[in-house]
Amino acid sequence: MRRLFALLLLSLFSAEPLRAVQPDEILPNVALEHRAREISGGLRCLVCQNQSIDDSDAPLARDLRILVRERLVAGDSDAAVRDFVVARYGDFVLLSPPFNIRTLLLWAAPFLILALGLAYLWRRSRRLVVPAAASPLSDEERKRVDALMQDERAG
Amino acid sequence: MIVEIGHFALALALGVAVVQALVPLWGVSRQDTALASVGPAAAITCFLLVALSFAALVSAYVRSDFSVETVVANSHSTQPLIYKITSVWGNHEGSMLLWVLILTLFGALVALSRNSLPMRLRAGTLAAQGLVTVAFLAFVLLTSNPFARLDPAPADGQDLNPILQDLGLAIHPPLLYVGYVGFSITYAFAVAALIDGRIDAVWARAVRPWTLLAWVFLTLGIAMGSYWAYYELGWGGWWFWDPVENASLMPWLAGTALIHSTVVMEKRDALKVWTILLAILTFSLSLLGTFIVRSGVLTSVHSFASDPQRGLFILGILVFFVGGSLALFAWRAPLLRQGGLFAPVSRESALVVNNLFIATACATVFIGTLYPLVLEMITGDKISVGPPFFNATFVPVLVPLLLVLPLGQTLAWKRGDLLGAAQRVLAAFILAILVALALIAFSRGGPVLAPLGVGLGVFLVASALFDIGERVVGRASGVQAMFSRAIGLPRSAWGTAFAHAGVGLTVIGIAASAWSSEAIGVLKQGESLSSGRYTITLDSITPRTGPNFRADVARFKLAAGDRVLAPIEASKRVYTARAMPTTEAGIHTDGLSQAYVALGEAQADGGIAVRFYDKPLILLVWLGAVVMAFGGGLSLTDRRFRLAAPRRAQPRAAIVQPAE
Repeated sequence: MRRLFALLLLSLFSAEPLRAVQPDEILPNVALEHRAREISGGLRCLVCQNQSIDDSDAPLARDLRILVRERLVAGDSDAAVRDFVVARYGDFVLLSPPFNIRTLLLWAAPFLILALGLAYLWRRSRRLVVPAAASPLSDEERKRVDALMQDERAG
Repeated sequence: MIVEIGHFALALALGVAVVQALVPLWGVSRQDTALASVGPAAAITCFLLVALSFAALVSAYVRSDFSVETVVANSHSTQPLIYKITSVWGNHEGSMLLWVLILTLFGALVALSRNSLPMRLRAGTLAAQGLVTVAFLAFVLLTSNPFARLDPAPADGQDLNPILQDLGLAIHPPLLYVGYVGFSITYAFAVAALIDGRIDAVWARAVRPWTLLAWVFLTLGIAMGSYWAYYELGWGGWWFWDPVENASLMPWLAGTALIHSTVVMEKRDALKVWTILLAILTFSLSLLGTFIVRSGVLTSVHSFASDPQRGLFILGILVFFVGGSLALFAWRAPLLRQGGLFAPVSRESALVVNNLFIATACATVFIGTLYPLVLEMITGDKISVGPPFFNATFVPVLVPLLLVLPLGQTLAWKRGDLLGAAQRVLAAFILAILVALALIAFSRGGPVLAPLGVGLGVFLVASALFDIGERVVGRASGVQAMFSRAIGLPRSAWGTAFAHAGVGLTVIGIAASAWSSEAIGVLKQGESLSSGRYTITLDSITPRTGPNFRADVARFKLAAGDRVLAPIEASKRVYTARAMPTTEAGIHTDGLSQAYVALGEAQADGGIAVRFYDKPLILLVWLGAVVMAFGGGLSLTDRRFRLAAPRRAQPRAAIVQPAE
């Protein structure tokens, strides 16, 4: 049990000291390497907890990093590399979930909430108009006031 | 024996908490003042008992009493004293006890506060707080007993997880918990107001200091946690959109909205129903955060405990308190009268817009964090929601808010003048544009959005400074007049300026991270590696022995161009008890920037792998948060919170006069 716990911790907190990309993986072509880093940052390390393969030192993450670089060297576009990885591991591997029917609510929700809120505030602000400062009396109103005043005095 | 006393005190505290939860409400409903005033005494007693229990647990850790299960699992006799103490909350059981300790501390503080609350409100608040205390004490006693004994006792413990053997553990969780749990008081106030069916400016004034206090601590706690992750995890990042981080960000966002809406309520008697709802939601999100972290339902690096029984128990607590308070809200909120009309262009409207945007940002984090879980439950499909999603949704929601913040800050209450406000922020806006343009010209071909981000930050800082500056200088002539005006301004005005400037500083720090650079290489003695403005040269690698670890320490010379800076030491440690390696990053702070070195594996050819970063202006990220918290603290010392009691005395005097 105790050993199991230690193993669990090791897998959680990564046994090897060097984090992520190791010197021998780096491509000599700076532009390709830059693209590789960009792509790796968006791919999930499947055996880790919320880490991209770029941040992880799990062996599987290293394999994936090398795979990404191999595809890039072979001349694949960024999208083709991602599709290649998704074809093997499913959408779960993408840290930014693809936009489709299942994730419609996820992607739309923030903007939907904001739009609904703004619409509500807009309607409310038109309903709740603060009474404007008193406008000067019209001639007719003035006459009625005078009449009332005279009635008062008379009474 | 001490351990048993601690356990017993905890059980006793549960009994007292039941009294605190039930008797005052009963007293209020029977109009019995004696019964209704039991609350404060019960709250204070409850706190003292939990404090005794906590002290007993600390004592067990300090004495390395290995007949206690949690001490064995999380401590070691060779640990330095400070880590023996922090080990107390470096595990599930102890951290829950710390949670309860802070919960009862807040209950006791409400009981002791001389803030003159109406009797019914105080009784209701303490009762609601008592009910939360009952639930969590029961949770600790029934599922997470930190005092369980072990027989036979082993000779030594299994050591605290080395990642946690850091000063960060001494500071981060207590700060974070004070923030999390502090919102229980606003929750309790909201529930009490709903039961009472009445809510007014007195309520808002009573709640505001507690909200501010919790918010200040939560701000510091999150910033501290972020900095800790930055230097401890060794890959130079400081925010990972990890579920556990999101769990603390959500109550922070809701609390930020709450601070702003209570201002409207206090000053203008408006937004009552919304404020009550926010108060409930803020603590609900704290509870949700506790559930996420403690149940391990969304597993992540932080959850060092996962157990379905505990998860279900906390889920029950969550459903009861969130569902119960929302039901109460649905039933009673229509009774609350809305007051205070205001024009579409006014400080109130600006704060409403602030609340809308922050609430949306909070909802975005909420949905992003829980969506994968819900989707998997419903359809069985697994998706990941990571940093790219949050960057694409959270940032666009928050940026417009930050853009209009300076305008809202200068608008007048009730009816504002948009053109006048625009003129007042014009100087800050021009300054921001100039800075952004200069950066674009200076960093041709660099990141596009970063100069705009820095410009936004400059806009926030400058508008906050100019706003307060204008109020200090005004039409005053001479230094003395200005000084007396500065003193005369309400502390909350200074607090606002500091907090908003802090937001700007953090924005600058975040934007500037686009210019950070990274170099990865293998170094042998005497070889150099450059990253951004800095160059390191490997000087030596020497073994060192710590109290409970062995380390290889690499020493680097550091230079920025021709400037020779202090050397950097980075190390790799192996903690003997668990045979677990960690890296200790070497960091040199150069103004607001940092040079950051993390060691990798020793290579076959005798070199060592090194990751080296130049992090320009990175300190602003956390410094901004500290400035925000300082602003909150300033507001907390505002006159109107300190002088609440004498104000009540005035009407009394007025009543006495006619009797003469």
